[in-house]
Amino acid sequence: MKLDVSIYRYNPEVDDAPHMQDYQLEVEDGVDLMVLDVLLKLKEQDPTLSLRRSCREGVCGSDGVNMNGKNGLACITPVSALGKGKIVVRPLPGLPVVRDLVVDMTQFYTQYEKVKPFLINDARQPPAREHLQSPEERAKLDGLYECILCACCSSSCPSFWWNPDKFIGPAGLLHAYRFLIDSRDTATEERLNDLDDAFSVFRCHSIMNCVSVCPKGLNPTKAIGQIKSMLLQRAV
Amino acid sequence: MVTNQASVKRNGVQDYVSLRTTAVIILAFTILMTWFFITTDNITFTEWQGLFSGLAMKVFTLATLISIMIHVRIGLWQVLTDYIKSVKVRGLLQWILNLIAFAYVLVGLFVLWGV
Repeated sequence: MKLDVSIYRYNPEVDDAPHMQDYQLEVEDGVDLMVLDVLLKLKEQDPTLSLRRSCREGVCGSDGVNMNGKNGLACITPVSALGKGKIVVRPLPGLPVVRDLVVDMTQFYTQYEKVKPFLINDARQPPAREHLQSPEERAKLDGLYECILCACCSSSCPSFWWNPDKFIGPAGLLHAYRFLIDSRDTATEERLNDLDDAFSVFRCHSIMNCVSVCPKGLNPTKAIGQIKSMLLQRAV
Repeated sequence: MVTNQASVKRNGVQDYVSLRTTAVIILAFTILMTWFFITTDNITFTEWQGLFSGLAMKVFTLATLISIMIHVRIGLWQVLTDYIKSVKVRGLLQWILNLIAFAYVLVGLFVLWGV
């Protein structure tokens, strides 16, 4: 069986403009490869092809790419899931391309940093060993802490495309909510103050692209809705 | 680049609440008008004039026009800050769109109280 693959190529040191390059890969009948396997086999054919990857099992979030128009992790996306026909692989949209499928994620991390993604606790007398949580308090973090920062969600969000310097984006806001509802965190007001403007949170119009593409099955739109409710409740 | 100064220090929560409350009023007016068109067999000038002659309908229509003005001001500011990056062009477009929305309210005011 032959696989037709079209890959976005751009080397700023050589190319004037990006272009799509077609490849063909011979695959054994009945074998369903992951897209990452396909890309690595093509890299053997053409060593100039650049991509990021590390764990190759959906944990590190390095190989986020756009496959047939939808963001996802190449390592856990089977070729069969992309349907029949040519596979088109592009870098994550909205982020500057460093080379081929490698994007510059500075904007993404800058927004992530803004939400102070760490526990803040101003307890004057911290417990001797650890901050305990009840099972119910801990359960509130489920569906939030699992984010691996692959940027599939933020780079599929038009609001992030248009205002990457001001809108935190779904990944950052998911983390923001993770700390807002953490019973051990005492900086809720400070965190909400930082988010209380016309762009950081309220540029989300709930189109749910983030939910549609999240490879971990998380729901950033719901978390953003909860942040909006928190901001609203303290304003009225 | 969109700066806080260019957006006249807009308040996210206030915009969020304003957008939704005005949307409810606009939706209610739309439903009322749809109901009127469905239930009225023959729409004549008399029927039309009768609908808008009551004070309650005048106030409701005016409230809807004002809601549209507020909705346009916030909604299109959001759309324009997404797509128009030149501050001058965006400022001009915002001014024109706000002026049109305001004109609708003014004209509506005269039309309604002329019924």
